[in-house]
Amino acid sequence: MAEVIVEEKGGKKKAKKHPPRLDMTPMVDLMCLLITFFMLTTALSKPKVMDITLPDKLTDPNQKAPLIAASRTLNIILGPENKIYWYPGTVKPEDYNNLPPVFETDFSATGIRQLLLDRNRALFRKIADFKQQVISGKINISQDSTESAIRKLKTDDDTGPIVLIKAYKKANYGNFVDILDEMNICGIARCPFVDIAWYEERMVEAAAGIAATTTASSN
Amino acid sequence: MPKIKLPTKTPHIDMTPMVDTFAVVLTFLLLTTTMRQPEPANVDTPFSISETPTPDFNSMTFLLSPDGKVFMNFDNGPDTILKFRPKILVEMGKRYGIEFNEFEQREFEKYPSSMGVPITQMKEFLNTKEAAGRKNFQTGIPMDSADNQLAMWIQYARTVNPNIQACIKGDSKTEFPVVKRVLDILQELNVKRYSLITNLEGAKINLEEIQQ
Repeated sequence: MAEVIVEEKGGKKKAKKHPPRLDMTPMVDLMCLLITFFMLTTALSKPKVMDITLPDKLTDPNQKAPLIAASRTLNIILGPENKIYWYPGTVKPEDYNNLPPVFETDFSATGIRQLLLDRNRALFRKIADFKQQVISGKINISQDSTESAIRKLKTDDDTGPIVLIKAYKKANYGNFVDILDEMNICGIARCPFVDIAWYEERMVEAAAGIAATTTASSN
Repeated sequence: MPKIKLPTKTPHIDMTPMVDTFAVVLTFLLLTTTMRQPEPANVDTPFSISETPTPDFNSMTFLLSPDGKVFMNFDNGPDTILKFRPKILVEMGKRYGIEFNEFEQREFEKYPSSMGVPITQMKEFLNTKEAAGRKNFQTGIPMDSADNQLAMWIQYARTVNPNIQACIKGDSKTEFPVVKRVLDILQELNVKRYSLITNLEGAKINLEEIQQ
């Protein structure tokens, strides 16, 4: 309250004509300062997390990585300077002298996203339709089961690409997160992150015009 | 006493409603605010479309700075009620033959942000009072194959708290080999599920365009 009401005492003193007014300007000033301070220091948007799952490491030398169809395989290599290099199918290390060319693209919407969406059109449309139906109320499903229903759609998928993500040593962490994010956006069902092979390093180096590293790492 | 003569009246503005509003806003901000703790390294996280919020507890966060140092933090900030932090430190001390006293354990528990101190210097680090002095010890956790302290930290954190979840917070410009090394260590220790900390950004895909 701004005004303090002073009671008269016994009528001996003269009744004051004006009750004393409190000047609130300094208080308002102080509050303004505090509000500004809190608004600037508070972190309004909490950081988000992106969950990823890695496959088991193959410890047993007799164990072999699962075989996948070459026709569905798409290799994406994160290159230096925010570039992406990709090639379809597989390359045999025996073809060392005749390595196929890699295609260059970038992280823009018309780059890698276009490429992935083109190849994953069927599944992406299925997921998008499903979401649309949930939003418009045609399918009555609880919020929690939507996620698992989409996951089910993804695991059932057997036409979309299998994207192998690899990273050249000059890539950075931002690229890695971006490409995983791109997989989420495009609804790619299978996108294992695998080690880069030495011949793929060569392919990237040839495409990017980097002098080949003399000590080819064997992993 | 001479009577104080009041000056001629100026129009008086009643500030009460304004003060009330301010008080409400201030209370709101006071209650909702979470202070940003200064991290030992400046890290700009990359963006993603993920909307899952960061876990508040049961988490170990690895901070990967742009210059390739690795810092770690358990339970993001001050310790929770279950006091996992001092237990992890004691286990870690046992492994390296260092005994941490009551005071050092409490300091470790209280430390509000990420730590990147080799275990051999941890004692001095915890006994240093000033923040500036402590900064000199933040050289990153060693993680080469000869002295893989990061792996030990992860292992003991998981022994002490089996529900702990690994989070990775990296700068967009962190070189990939550092990230790869951390991921490899996690994979070797059978940590298969982990989270990457990102900022939220929207991504739009034109459905009509795709449905052509």
